[in-house]
Amino acid sequence: MLEAARCIVVRDLLVAWRRRSDVATALLFFVIVTSLFPLGIGAEPELLRSIAPGVIWVAALLSCMLSLGRLFAADHADGTLEQLLLSSEPLGVIAAAKALAHWLVSGLPLVLIAPLIALQYDLPAPLYPVLALSLLLGTPVLSLIGAIGAALTLGLRGGGVLLSLLVLPLYVPVLIMGAGSVDMAAAGLAPDGQLLLLAALLIVAAAFAPWAIAAALRISME
Amino acid sequence: MGGYGLYVWGAYGVTFLLIGVEIALLVNRSRKCSETKT
Amino acid sequence: MTAQSVKWFWYASPQTFYPVAGVIARWCGAAAAVLCAAGLYIGLFVAPTDAQQGEAYRIIFIHVPAAWMSMFIYVVMAFWAAIGLAFNTRLSHMMASALAPTGALFTFIALWTGSFWGKPTWGTWWVWDARLTSELILLFLYFGFMALQAAIDDRRRAERAGALLAIVGVVNVPIIYYSVQWWNTLHQGASVSLTRAPSMAATMLTGMLVMALAFWMYSIAVTLLRVRCLILENR
Repeated sequence: MLEAARCIVVRDLLVAWRRRSDVATALLFFVIVTSLFPLGIGAEPELLRSIAPGVIWVAALLSCMLSLGRLFAADHADGTLEQLLLSSEPLGVIAAAKALAHWLVSGLPLVLIAPLIALQYDLPAPLYPVLALSLLLGTPVLSLIGAIGAALTLGLRGGGVLLSLLVLPLYVPVLIMGAGSVDMAAAGLAPDGQLLLLAALLIVAAAFAPWAIAAALRISME
Repeated sequence: MGGYGLYVWGAYGVTFLLIGVEIALLVNRSRKCSETKT
Repeated sequence: MTAQSVKWFWYASPQTFYPVAGVIARWCGAAAAVLCAAGLYIGLFVAPTDAQQGEAYRIIFIHVPAAWMSMFIYVVMAFWAAIGLAFNTRLSHMMASALAPTGALFTFIALWTGSFWGKPTWGTWWVWDARLTSELILLFLYFGFMALQAAIDDRRRAERAGALLAIVGVVNVPIIYYSVQWWNTLHQGASVSLTRAPSMAATMLTGMLVMALAFWMYSIAVTLLRVRCLILENR
């Protein structure tokens, strides 16, 4: 079972590596979006410092969501997905492995790039760890919940936009807790509550989302 | 309505208007699908 | 294999349910009209004027029942979705699909009346308070459900995909509600919630409950009518 999971993660990473530009564009999107806000709102440092957590988190949300289309589409097109459904390995494990690979490629880089963006927004240095940790805990949840949406909208005309409508409301708690943790730290209070809630969301998502993803895949592939 | 007429009637009015619209659409749909009974 | 075990699914057959739905819808529709008249009478004439908010508070008699219904209908929708997935009964899925538009309507009404209540009381047309924000997200959840079902051509896949989405949604609704609550207290501080009604006179509560019952009867009637249409359209 773990062997199968490892196999899938490695394969997905290999596929992503071969299509590096796809991955890079999603990350570039994150950077570009965060650059747009100062252009739209004004570059006053005080203002930027206060909106930074929210902006970075919303950009992370959108970036993650945009890359979800790639999660099952390629496998669906060349028939791999059908084979995965027929395999003797539990579909939930396969789903979890794909979500993990997705996070490694689309979520983890955001955690690493975020401090640079925070620098642009003149966020005080002590907040960087909180920001990074909140993203580290939150982006896997985004991948997991997003995967449910991606599985439900497999092959549909509405495609990406429909996926956004389905998944963004479900992302709200993660956004609130994630941005909230950095806000609390910025106000000088301990962000422990929000970070712990994020961890809780991650555990619950990791426990239940794979089965929902598996169910969704079966529904979409019948 | 003590000066708040616009708000109170604006709220109640739109509510019952929308409810009416829902009923009308449903009656229309009901008529259409019972007509095309194969 | 007893007659007892068969009975559960007797009304799960669309043909059997069709006339039953019609009868129930008629009675509930009548009840809704009566209750609505009573509720409006209590709300607009019997209940006393509020000391702080004046006559504007009377919007509460629509706003709160609509908000209650919007959340209740979502739960019921998710219930039928779960039954549909578990027992593979098409009628259950049709119930879920039939509930969605009415649920979305009540959510919109809650938002609209909430906005109209906010303007005279707090000065702005929109307030990012916990309840209104949660209602807004609930509206998106309803729209997502309806959009997903509309986007899939294969009826069976559409029903089952929507059902899964509804179940995922209903699990998330409490999480969303509490995180929005927390967010609201952080950003608005000690300001009074838009929806905290002034000290409730008994008549005010009665009015709200009667209107809530009226909306409930209305929802049942409208939903059953819609299910009848769905049954005819999907033969």
